[in-house]
Amino acid sequence: MKVKVYDLGHARAGDKGNTSNVSVTAYDERAWNILRQQLTVECVMHAYAEIAKGPVTRYELPKLRALNFVIENALGGGVTVSLAQDMHGKSLSFVMLGIELNG
Amino acid sequence: MSSHKNTIRVGTGAGFSDDRIEPAVDLAERGKLDYLVFECLAERTIARENLTRLKDPELGYTPYLAERFQAVLPACVKNGVRIVTNMGAANPLGAARAVRREAKALGITDLPVAVVTGDDVADIVRNNPQLPLMENGAPVESLIPHMASANVYLGADVIRDGLATGAPVVMTGRVSDPSLFLGAMMHGLGWRYDDYPRLAVGTLAGHLMECAAQVTGGCFIDPGKKDCDDAVNIGFPYADVSADGSLTLGKLEDSGGRIDVMTCTEQVLYEMHDPTSYITPDCILDITNVEFAQESTHRVRVTGARARPRTPTYKVVVGYHDGYIGEGEVGYAGPNALARAKLAEKIVRERLKKRGFSYPEIRVDYIGMSSLHGMGSGRTEPYEVRLRIAARSPDRKAALAVGFEVRTLHVNGPSGGGGGSNGIREVLAVKSILIPRELVKTAVTVEGTL
Repeated sequence: MKVKVYDLGHARAGDKGNTSNVSVTAYDERAWNILRQQLTVECVMHAYAEIAKGPVTRYELPKLRALNFVIENALGGGVTVSLAQDMHGKSLSFVMLGIELNG
Repeated sequence: MSSHKNTIRVGTGAGFSDDRIEPAVDLAERGKLDYLVFECLAERTIARENLTRLKDPELGYTPYLAERFQAVLPACVKNGVRIVTNMGAANPLGAARAVRREAKALGITDLPVAVVTGDDVADIVRNNPQLPLMENGAPVESLIPHMASANVYLGADVIRDGLATGAPVVMTGRVSDPSLFLGAMMHGLGWRYDDYPRLAVGTLAGHLMECAAQVTGGCFIDPGKKDCDDAVNIGFPYADVSADGSLTLGKLEDSGGRIDVMTCTEQVLYEMHDPTSYITPDCILDITNVEFAQESTHRVRVTGARARPRTPTYKVVVGYHDGYIGEGEVGYAGPNALARAKLAEKIVRERLKKRGFSYPEIRVDYIGMSSLHGMGSGRTEPYEVRLRIAARSPDRKAALAVGFEVRTLHVNGPSGGGGGSNGIREVLAVKSILIPRELVKTAVTVEGTL
């Protein structure tokens, strides 16, 4: 059965220069196991393919049951020069939440 | 050490330059605060204020400075709440004078303001053109002819020194966001600048609080999924910090929003890259051992901060003129809306080309469909599509032409194009370098009589 990251955890996006970071925090232990096993760098790269060039780095924070993805070359050159409307990439957490995994 | 308290309370007054005003007033009036910290400088804010200062040398501080101080000064003076802020932006001395004018208008005849200077390192950068850019390793030299500003992120020591003058207000330019909070804790609790376990706690607290409502329910709500009470009146956070390094975050009981493990977890990872190495001017924070525990409805206990010694360098943000961005928008709705928007795009592109303009980058958005996450695949066509075309150019005329050609669609373009808008803005871009600490000379002066 397919399950969206949206139903497993919550996310927030931050910006530094031309890099976006998106954290995903699991709602519970079961969701954490799914996220930790299946939400890989490869599937995040794929989901952001149209938006970011990458590379993507993934960090695990078991005490917080959270993953932190650092997505480089994601913000149109950076906040001050970007031609995008969402120059900070605040909406990018919802790309993560739309990813489908096996539940 | 007898002058230091065992526990202090530090509140957030603003999380960015255009933040709401009244949550800070609430905290100043009823929060039993010792310090109220206003963080008002994003990467782009100082770029913007440098442009303002170029037009008027008296300005160059954050635009809402007068409104914020008018609103909070009466309660802060009455309750002995000391204010720490980087609202000085590109002109801390001018900002201090403006604060004193606002105070005088409120009947506070001589409000001393401690002013921190030394973050402006434009001359140092000019004298060290070989310094490599953090973004691509190229020497900073090529930016120097276009440079509008160069400001170092100062650390918590200058805040501590500013508070040590006894002035009720400390005004700075560029200071690292968490350092504004840590500096208040160092002053209030007597923490030493080499006490890394304590610096870790203060830096973590500052990191969690620097964006104000982002830890108390802001940037969090998703209706039906993640809700919070009274989203209209989200309260700003405060931290209770003890000399031994214990830390609890909270918000006023009757304020809106929420503070809990979920909001704190989202915020601790906000703008975080490697969680073992969050580099500030004060230390290298490691959050991998951090945990949050709900202490009561409006309070969260924070433990597990660790830190390694600070680096021998300061980070400098170099602002430089980088041409112009021109843009135009027009909306289409109903049958065949997307096709009409696409034809409009084609017309604009061809007309710009015909007029001899070329651009290093043109961006096209179909707002309602692709402006935030790209076109994706398998999406159905929306009822309304708003076309947006934006382009960058070193040439102002070329940038202006973008909006002009979108505007001419009103009469010359596809059927039913409505609600057009267009504009142009000057781009102040930023890049970063590291400079040795010993090159930077800071100073604290006091405007007014102590």
